[in-house]
Amino acid sequence: MKKILVFLLMVGPGLVLASGGDVKLEHAQIDARDLESLKRGADMFYSQCVGCHSTKYVRYERIAKDLNLSEAYVKENYMYNTEVIGSTALSSMPADLAKKWFGTPPPDMSLEARLNGNDWLYSYLIGFYEDDSRPFGYNNHVFKDVGMPNVLAGLKADLGEEKFKAAVNDLTNYMAYMADPVKVEREELGTKVIIFLLILLIPAYLLKVEYWKDVH
Amino acid sequence: MKQIVDSVMDWVEVRIPVAKLYDEHMANYYAPKNFNFWYYFGSLALFVLVNQLLTGIWLTMYYTPSGEEAFNSIEYIMRDVEYGWLLRYMHSTGATAFFIVIYLHMFRGMMYGSYKSPRELVWLFGMGIYGVLMGEAFFGYLLPWGQMSYWGAQVILSLVGAVPIVGDDISLWVRGDYVISGVTLNRFFALHVVALPIVLLGLIVMHLFALHEVGSSNPDGVEIKEKKDSEGVPLDGIPFHPYYTVKDIVGVVVFLVVFCAVIFFFPEGGGLILEGPNFEPSSPLKTPEHIAPVWYFTPYYSVLRAVPNKLGGVIAMGGAIAFLFVLPWLDRSPVKSIRYKGWMSKVALASFVVSFFVLGYLGTQPTSELKLLAAQIFTAIYFLFFLLMPFYTTMETTKPVPERVTE
Repeated sequence: MKKILVFLLMVGPGLVLASGGDVKLEHAQIDARDLESLKRGADMFYSQCVGCHSTKYVRYERIAKDLNLSEAYVKENYMYNTEVIGSTALSSMPADLAKKWFGTPPPDMSLEARLNGNDWLYSYLIGFYEDDSRPFGYNNHVFKDVGMPNVLAGLKADLGEEKFKAAVNDLTNYMAYMADPVKVEREELGTKVIIFLLILLIPAYLLKVEYWKDVH
Repeated sequence: MKQIVDSVMDWVEVRIPVAKLYDEHMANYYAPKNFNFWYYFGSLALFVLVNQLLTGIWLTMYYTPSGEEAFNSIEYIMRDVEYGWLLRYMHSTGATAFFIVIYLHMFRGMMYGSYKSPRELVWLFGMGIYGVLMGEAFFGYLLPWGQMSYWGAQVILSLVGAVPIVGDDISLWVRGDYVISGVTLNRFFALHVVALPIVLLGLIVMHLFALHEVGSSNPDGVEIKEKKDSEGVPLDGIPFHPYYTVKDIVGVVVFLVVFCAVIFFFPEGGGLILEGPNFEPSSPLKTPEHIAPVWYFTPYYSVLRAVPNKLGGVIAMGGAIAFLFVLPWLDRSPVKSIRYKGWMSKVALASFVVSFFVLGYLGTQPTSELKLLAAQIFTAIYFLFFLLMPFYTTMETTKPVPERVTE
């Protein structure tokens, strides 16, 4: 076992402690059916985040459809480097330069909410604090020595603590949607399937009882 | 019309005995009439197998087995393929369901002594199926090509390296590379979708043929073939079809309610079915902070970690599985069912189940001194269940077994 651990530590120089360990996480209010919140979150994502972070599995067309937005609105507000509504959202930042600037290229955000969990994501986004020892002057409560600068500092100063948290909650909600876009459809279909099965159970059971009369 | 159908059927029957097979294995296969709840899991295992085969075939149509594209193709299935998410969740949840069903099926066998003479081969083929299934699960788990896929396989394959002298060469040969790579992914794909399913299907046929040759056991462990009527039909037997087919349909529907609840509402299974770190593409340069196998392997993983020496741990882990194979020869009791065994067998079986659960839980957790000690204690209990079996099954007083099955 020790050998395995040593081996893992040797080949894992980029060991990143993604979850905060003993850090208490703040709870995010996630509601995949709250289209208003999702739209506010999307507005924020495509104005604040997509400059650095791609979402290479999320198609603009799908966002328009799922969030009930017009394609014109999505083109106008979310699409910067493409005219094709069926394409996915890619950052314009060259990966090699990004690596030079931040130490590691900004990761893709398509699945971030499922990777670390909604609460972790929310806590991380509101978890920046001033730390002069870091290159960009900030550190993070849940992700120690993170490479990402505190890009939301300006927004927090403008909105104040409470409104900022609400805005970040919308952003988290949108990122949860991106990671699992089929959730609403899945649960609606699931309800129908289970109701069907429960009804099917009645004749199936009666059939069994009928046949087994001979045995008992 | 009926004449034409009959003559066609006759023509076929002379050339291949379809009706004879149907008779032998369904309509005139007599099963004991006192099957209880625990006897649903055999047919359910077959049902889940069909689910895995069908969803697997459709997933293969969209999945790309290469280091560059595997992860992308999974997200393509999840987002762009019509109902691709449903196929994928049915398959991933199906894997977990398969192991739950198989574990309950095996527990039934242990509880009622279904492995005892003359059903040793039924048990051995069944254990073979279980072994192949573990291989299927292990190879399949690499295919999403996420971080946990990658590092889980890395850890397990590095275990092979513990074998003296040839170990490192064997793990290199299996990987086809010095680390897990696209080469490994491609061969795991081949094994997962072609090689092992063929072996699995073969073993299942053998399992069923052997079972139908000797006949099913039952919760009383009474041989129903010993009491027959004048026409040679067991007095306590009923034809599998229609009685158990209609009963198993109820079982399938109830199973589906639970299965669908997970697929549609909890597809990640709280991280037990789809683990968080697997939503990140695999990277050889970045280790997840905590690597654990999927839940159905964790009891054995705990046994592995409980032994301080790596080779010793691998041997113990292999032994934990191997002992199950020889169960028919460890159990020396004159009776089959737990109903008529003495208190020692009952305590032993209960301790075994508890140790399996505790080891399973501990295997999902990062280890600590206290947890290591617990794992060692329960590993000892796990092995004592098998090692002491020849003694407690002969020492204890058993209850008399009835002539006929009880209701």
